[in-house]
Amino acid sequence: MVVNAEGIPIRTTLDNSTTVQYAGLLHQLTMKARSTVRDIDPQNDLTFLRIRSKKHEIMVAPDKEYLLIVIQNPCE
Amino acid sequence: MEIVYVYVKKRSEFGKQCNFSDRQAELNIDIQPSPELAELFVERNPVDTGTQCSASMSEHEAISFWFEMETRGVNHVEGGWPKDVNPLELEQTIRFRKKVEKDENYINAVMQLGSIMEHCIKQNNAIDIYEQYFNDTEAVEVTEEAPSAKTINVFRDPQEVKRTATHLSWHPDDHRKLAIAYSCLDFQRAPMGMSNDSYIWDLENPNKPEIALRSSSPLITLEYNPKDSHVLLGGCYNGQIACWDTRKGSLVAELSTVEFSHRDPVYGTIWLQSKTGTECFSASTDGQVMWWDIRKISEPTEVVVMDITRKEQLENALGAISLEFEPTLPTKFMVGTEQGIVISCNRKAKTAAEKIVCTFSGHHGPIYALQRNPFYPKNFLTVGDWTARVWSEDSRESSIMWTKYHMAYLTDGAWSPTRPAVFFTTKMDGTLDIWDIVFKQCDPALSLKVCDEALFCLRVQDNGSLIACGSQLGTTTLLEVSSGLSTLQRNEKNSASAMFERETRREKILEARHREMRLKEKGRAEGKDDDQRYEEPAVDLQELVAKAEEEFFDVIFSELRKKEVDAVKKSKLKQKQAVDTDQEPEEEDTGQEEGEEETPA
Repeated sequence: MVVNAEGIPIRTTLDNSTTVQYAGLLHQLTMKARSTVRDIDPQNDLTFLRIRSKKHEIMVAPDKEYLLIVIQNPCE
Repeated sequence: MEIVYVYVKKRSEFGKQCNFSDRQAELNIDIQPSPELAELFVERNPVDTGTQCSASMSEHEAISFWFEMETRGVNHVEGGWPKDVNPLELEQTIRFRKKVEKDENYINAVMQLGSIMEHCIKQNNAIDIYEQYFNDTEAVEVTEEAPSAKTINVFRDPQEVKRTATHLSWHPDDHRKLAIAYSCLDFQRAPMGMSNDSYIWDLENPNKPEIALRSSSPLITLEYNPKDSHVLLGGCYNGQIACWDTRKGSLVAELSTVEFSHRDPVYGTIWLQSKTGTECFSASTDGQVMWWDIRKISEPTEVVVMDITRKEQLENALGAISLEFEPTLPTKFMVGTEQGIVISCNRKAKTAAEKIVCTFSGHHGPIYALQRNPFYPKNFLTVGDWTARVWSEDSRESSIMWTKYHMAYLTDGAWSPTRPAVFFTTKMDGTLDIWDIVFKQCDPALSLKVCDEALFCLRVQDNGSLIACGSQLGTTTLLEVSSGLSTLQRNEKNSASAMFERETRREKILEARHREMRLKEKGRAEGKDDDQRYEEPAVDLQELVAKAEEEFFDVIFSELRKKEVDAVKKSKLKQKQAVDTDQEPEEEDTGQEEGEEETPA
């Protein structure tokens, strides 16, 4: 799903409630991750975020204004 | 008693605000003690009061504030919508979304992000990068630590007259017991008042031995019966064999008769593998090896004379100093002699002459220790004179591996029961060497100075990490070896066996070459006439002598000449220095000196 800077899901393939949940939570997490990376090295920036859980993998590609979130089932 | 204090306030001042002010303390009432009251009381002297001599503690109550925590989920409601869009109305949200999608920025961003994401997704699809690799190799840490050994305990001879600890034996099951035989090995120089006891020590109590074994003659060797751990076999200084049962007490349970025993101190006693567990054999420097059954210890069941000419002559016999028997090879046994020869024998041979199978010679002095490698019984270790040698049964001419000649005499040696390539040796200067032949062959892997006096015997416990060594003053030190030296390393068996085989092959090749050379010599010698053979050696001898003399004098003269040249150079240098400082032309002098010195040379 594609989420904008304010957390509004622009385009999504999941149902609304899941989308809203993911959007809100991941947006905050991405902000936190980005600020962490920037704090350690101001020249650095977050390019990609991968969260691997038991059931699937959540991948977040951040941009200045938008956020691309993909949930994938790994091939195992 | 009532104490009353009166203060006055005007009625008009009632209700006014209080003005506080500070003033000095005033004494209102002073009550003096009245001595009449003392009459009512009786003085108590002494006064009994109880006190408590313990840590005074106080109890205090505190209320910690309760902090309640609750796990709650957050209900995300769509926020962030711009003011003009009502999130509940589908139409408006759709319209907003479409507007955003048309934004160029949006398109670019999505394209870019999409490509990054695609890469990662494809990665995930291709391989599972988070799987557990290296599942098989559990943490096998290669011990990079340096080999080390530390002393755990020291057992001192409780007797005042100190005797040498000549033999040690670990208890077969309970690894906390150690039997030590004490005796004085100096020929007839045993000090007066020397006790004949040997002791069994419990490792937990190094101050006092657990059981004392009394005998009429000091014990040189002492062995636990591997089948019955209460029975011990001891070889005495006077040649008798004695047997103890620890259940029965410290007196000798069985003793062989003097007439049928050895004539010299019994240096080796070993229990045999038998169904009854009562058979043993012993060896002594009188040249005999005797077999006994301890149920009938009055005379030996069998006697073999260590005569390598196979004639059973006691006069020719070699004195046996060490004995070796491997339970896995029950018919063979080996004897190490005082003359430096190892004799390998077969017990089951029909005639007594055939008992002696072969001999291995190579040591210059008595062979104090003889042991087969527990992993590769074909190879055995001998310790004697100043070296330790490893032999292979196949190579009879010489040992396959040997250590360098040490400064001190080697007194005992043993293989490690857990590592096929590790063995231990003790020396007369009180050092214990631990050799690891897959690690380093020219030097011991670890050399420890255990005590100042000579170490006489060594015994490794079956787990491979505890070593007991006995010294000349009866002090037995218990050492623990680092785990690197006692645990089997990877591939160690293979590399050790490969090494033994390689060395054996090398020796065989050398042997073959020697034999060839000898045959050639023989052939050459037989090809000539007898007379010529007699003359030629004589002539050759003279020529050889003359040549040798010439060479000798040549060498001496060249050395002298060299020395003179050096001396000249030195004096020239000195003179040059003098010239530089004095600034006097002394070249004529040096020239003269040169001329003078050259003529005699």
